[in-house]
Amino acid sequence: MSKLPAANRAPESGAFFQRDRDWHPPAYAPGYKTSVLRSPRRALLSFDGTISENTGPVFGHDMLGDLDDDLIVNFAKPGESAIGPRIMVYGRVLDERGIGVPGVLIEVWQANAGGRYRHKKESYLAPLDPNFGGCGRTISGEDGSYCFRTIQPGPYPWPNGPNDWRPAHIHFSVFGHGFGQRLITQMYFEGDPMIWKCPIVKTINDPQAIEQLTAALDMQATLPMDMRAYKFDIVLRGRRSTLFENRREGN
Amino acid sequence: MAQTLDRLKESPSQTAGPYVHIGLMPNFADIRGVYPADLGTTMVGERTKGERITVTMRVIDGAGTPLKDALIEIWQADAAGLYNSPAERRGAADPHFTGWGRQATDMVTGACQFETIKPGRVPFTDGRMMAPHLTVWIVARGINIGLHTRMYFGDEEAANAEDPILARIEHKVRVPTLIAPRSGNSYSFDIQLQGETETVFFDI
Repeated sequence: MSKLPAANRAPESGAFFQRDRDWHPPAYAPGYKTSVLRSPRRALLSFDGTISENTGPVFGHDMLGDLDDDLIVNFAKPGESAIGPRIMVYGRVLDERGIGVPGVLIEVWQANAGGRYRHKKESYLAPLDPNFGGCGRTISGEDGSYCFRTIQPGPYPWPNGPNDWRPAHIHFSVFGHGFGQRLITQMYFEGDPMIWKCPIVKTINDPQAIEQLTAALDMQATLPMDMRAYKFDIVLRGRRSTLFENRREGN
Repeated sequence: MAQTLDRLKESPSQTAGPYVHIGLMPNFADIRGVYPADLGTTMVGERTKGERITVTMRVIDGAGTPLKDALIEIWQADAAGLYNSPAERRGAADPHFTGWGRQATDMVTGACQFETIKPGRVPFTDGRMMAPHLTVWIVARGINIGLHTRMYFGDEEAANAEDPILARIEHKVRVPTLIAPRSGNSYSFDIQLQGETETVFFDI
């Protein structure tokens, strides 16, 4: 690949690498009961990406508010902050070729430190935190790097089996450069024993794929006396080069 | 042994869960004051070119019940058939139309509405023109990996008949699952997750 900074490269328009559907969870995973009636049963129609999947919208940094990437304060009253272990989550958005992906819109949502979501359909008895909304967003930089601040969410029970609990997790929505790269996933925390008991985690068959969703505690990036750091890299589908791009028109 | 390709694996998907609105449409979820508006809910402005249309979508499960916690995104060309994307090489799209929309299905009725414009035609990989369509992506609790499909327009019979993607569907009886009937300026598109009329979903 070119060593030119991303802003100087011609935008890529090739089709995306084929998705490895054995690495992703299958649609039908009966241990996660809701998937039973919500899983397509017919074979998917496979075709090489067209312009409709290879293109996608652009989100500019100018749409971000100053506090969008700080869940500790973005819903809090002035001078107050959310309750819970203060953490920073950082990492890079890469594609399957190992190239940093700039300009990626990352939207996150999560429960509060007690494991309670701020949502009208949520009924867990843990209390709401008046200073915690639970949403944040950022856009990756030139090298694909991103960072946001939040509190570590709590685990919580959910109606599936009689005693199923979600491990602490942060939901990620990731918007790459093409609609075919669209991805929603969840980030788990290193060392959490709840990960391996969770029916939603276990919709993924390969333990290595589960480890890919488990953020690493990074004491070197931790801010002493302030917040711990977790590193979470996200990988989007790679894309093939086109002849047009190989010729590097305009150079 | 050969050399390794040094490729990374795509991050595996996980369900968006029941509270996807908190992250993607917080104002819809009554979380006010964090973002000024929910992204993607307004697609068309005064200066957007093209025919105004309303598209109503529902997502229906295998028991026939509309999902009341789904989130749908659409991506489409402008009225002239150009995408507002850096990867669009054929010309400049309408600057007053991003082509991207996001809506949550109603918590009571299960329906959502996109106020948009009818897209122009865009070329298939071999240069033939595809029929006008919306690219559609669905996530919800119980959906482990986002579902890709397309919505075609019921009043575009001639274009639909020569569309290269619709032509790839082996069982012709399934083609209508991707075509939304028109009534006035509105189209209605029911996405069936299972059953005899299961929508054709894509691996793209």
